Amino acid sequence: MATTAFTYAPAPERVRPKIRQRYGLFINGGWTAPKSERYFDTINPADESVIAQVAYADAEDVERAVRAARKGFERWSRLKPADRAKLIYRIARAITERSRELAVLESMNGGKPIRESRDFDIPESAAHFFYHAGWADKLEWALRAGETPAPIGVCGQIVPWNFPLLMAAWKLAPALACGNSVVLKPAETTPLTALALAQIIEEADLPPGVVNIVTGDGATGAALVDNDGIDKIAFTGSTEVGKLIQRRLSGKGKRITLELGGKAANVIFADAPLDQAVEGIVQGIYFNQGHVCCAGSRLLVEESVHDELVARLTDRIRTLRLGDPLDKNTDIGAINSRVQLEKIHELVRSGIEQGATFVQAECELPARGFFFPASFFTNVHPSHRIAREEIFGPVLSIMTFRTPDEAIEKANNTPYGLSAGIWTAEGSKNMWIAQHLRAGVVWCNTFNKFDPSSPFGGYKESGFGREGGVHGLREYLA
Amino acid sequence: MTTATLPSRNGAIAALARPRVHVDAVMLEARAAELAKRSIKTSAKLAGIDIAIRCCDFTALEGKDSDGRVRSLCAKAITPRPGWSDIPSCAAVCVYPNRVATAKEALAGSSVKVASVATSFPSGLVDLDVKLADTAQAIAAGADEIDMVIDRGAFLAGHEDVVVDEIVAIKRLCGPIHLKVILETGELGSYEAMRRASDISLEAGADFIKSSTGKVPTGATFATALVMCEAIRDFHRRTGEKRGLKLAGGIRTTKQALTYLVIVNETLGPEWLQPELFRIGASLLLDDLLMQLEKERTGHYAARDYIPKD
Repeated sequence: MATTAFTYAPAPERVRPKIRQRYGLFINGGWTAPKSERYFDTINPADESVIAQVAYADAEDVERAVRAARKGFERWSRLKPADRAKLIYRIARAITERSRELAVLESMNGGKPIRESRDFDIPESAAHFFYHAGWADKLEWALRAGETPAPIGVCGQIVPWNFPLLMAAWKLAPALACGNSVVLKPAETTPLTALALAQIIEEADLPPGVVNIVTGDGATGAALVDNDGIDKIAFTGSTEVGKLIQRRLSGKGKRITLELGGKAANVIFADAPLDQAVEGIVQGIYFNQGHVCCAGSRLLVEESVHDELVARLTDRIRTLRLGDPLDKNTDIGAINSRVQLEKIHELVRSGIEQGATFVQAECELPARGFFFPASFFTNVHPSHRIAREEIFGPVLSIMTFRTPDEAIEKANNTPYGLSAGIWTAEGSKNMWIAQHLRAGVVWCNTFNKFDPSSPFGGYKESGFGREGGVHGLREYLA
Repeated sequence: MTTATLPSRNGAIAALARPRVHVDAVMLEARAAELAKRSIKTSAKLAGIDIAIRCCDFTALEGKDSDGRVRSLCAKAITPRPGWSDIPSCAAVCVYPNRVATAKEALAGSSVKVASVATSFPSGLVDLDVKLADTAQAIAAGADEIDMVIDRGAFLAGHEDVVVDEIVAIKRLCGPIHLKVILETGELGSYEAMRRASDISLEAGADFIKSSTGKVPTGATFATALVMCEAIRDFHRRTGEKRGLKLAGGIRTTKQALTYLVIVNETLGPEWLQPELFRIGASLLLDDLLMQLEKERTGHYAARDYIPKD
């Protein structure tokens, strides 16, 4: 009998967002050319084409933005809380209304699959504005009885390139709800959705200077950190840079929250629902090409199910579809930048050299752009670099344990402590292990689940301060 | 067509000795929902519709189905869209035992098989000798395939041995005739129970496991299909034998059917997407498949009356 091949045809998302050829800085409610007179190209990592030119903010530009924010703060902090709420709701609704366009822009500029930007990044960004808009006139309920809520002042916020719009939303929404003004610096490689958000904020009629967006590189971020007009710095990014920021701010009396790297343990017990655990592993390490600070990058498997689990995972990663981020059936998109791709290659080489076994999904890579197939290492030992350092790519390191105590010990044996996962059918074991893991978020029989009402943040070198929920809100109250 | 090896009493004991497999509902449903988001367009949609028609068990299981209606259903199963010669026939027509002879006669000379529900479908709540007699009648009348039901009451009460013994007995009676074992997942209450029922049925000799009778409110769902696929995949991994999946109950649209194809494709593999190993039991689905097919080919929908009423 003739059989028909069931091969998925290309399913590209066809909506094209409006993109300007050149973006200025968003300062004091309007667009302005940089005093630096410099612009830089922002590219599409899936084909290396230039999408637009973006203004480069130097220290003088940052100073302009901070001064605008100071004036913006005077108005915003005195606005009736319910009116602040109204304006934040307006931002949330505009994100929802333009969600398709924003999703495409996010995937074009960052390389993530449209499935993820469409179903996760953009809706979750809107959800953060909706959630925090609701807080704006209820802030006393975030505090102890008798305390009066007051904003901090001007917040300098520096966000990473892995979830560009979502991280901007995580930072902006609580700051605005509490009555602060903001100077936001998007990541160098992914400024476009933050600039689209600036357009939304412009149209939403927020008072000028409440939100200022300055694009640039590490030096721009440093200028923001060093600016004396800033009352608080909130940073999400690498532990290395986080430490630098903390050093520079020491003794200055400024508030600071840091959300840094991670090397999360995903712990699989022999009694786990294995097929679902495999899904959790995939979600944990291949989501957003592994560019996730809370990625489940260290898999700890009970030795008795190691081989079976590895066999299942090997089969599963073969079904992951790598390619055009704008194709609706793509599971693994482009690596965010050439620099990041090289870093992944370098760490993978070290893993092979140190004797771990490398397994990679076989797939054809596009001729242009930055791509890395879903991969994992078995025979990893805790002393290997791939077991200790954040790879920030679609590469998992698999290790084994024999007893629950050993699982806890190995899971905690990292300078980081952002997140962890536990997989077991036994509820009491789930709770018991979770109590002993030193990580800001512990997922039980799931992974990488987020909600604006749920606080997120780290232990140890994964940073301090929380984002989301009432805990995250308090970080923006004096 | 290969059939499952005839089970022995030892096989039945082996079935019961299999460890229970844990299934987490939240992640299972999340994975099913993710698969349901695959975008199946243009050439993939055409291929999917072709496979869905080939794998369709066209179903006539209403109490009022007369010999005349069975004959007209059979004609449609052979030639779903008169005038379009490249449309394949359905896999089978599914009827009650005392309509088998009529269907057999109407389908003579075609590739379409006669499947008969048996074992006191849909409840299965009669003694084993009655179930055997029911099955024997269908076989005697010429059924090519038997769709039996498990005793869900016994299964839920913990008497898995009763369920296994009945499957073994019916499979022995069927011999080379393909046996589909209906789990009636809508009555099993949890995915873990669906997985367990799948596992013991496969061990006991089911050629196919089938989700539903279509006679209870909940039929096949995406998560149900996924958990059954996982059982068949693990059985294959362990024994090397390929067993089939039949989904039924509430499958009416092309979009649903294509999602089921995606689930099978990405869980069991593309080699399962053929009538030997995959069936969709439905009475209304075929019309929608034909409408969507026409839409893909011509760019517009046909008027309803171009599709024959059954």
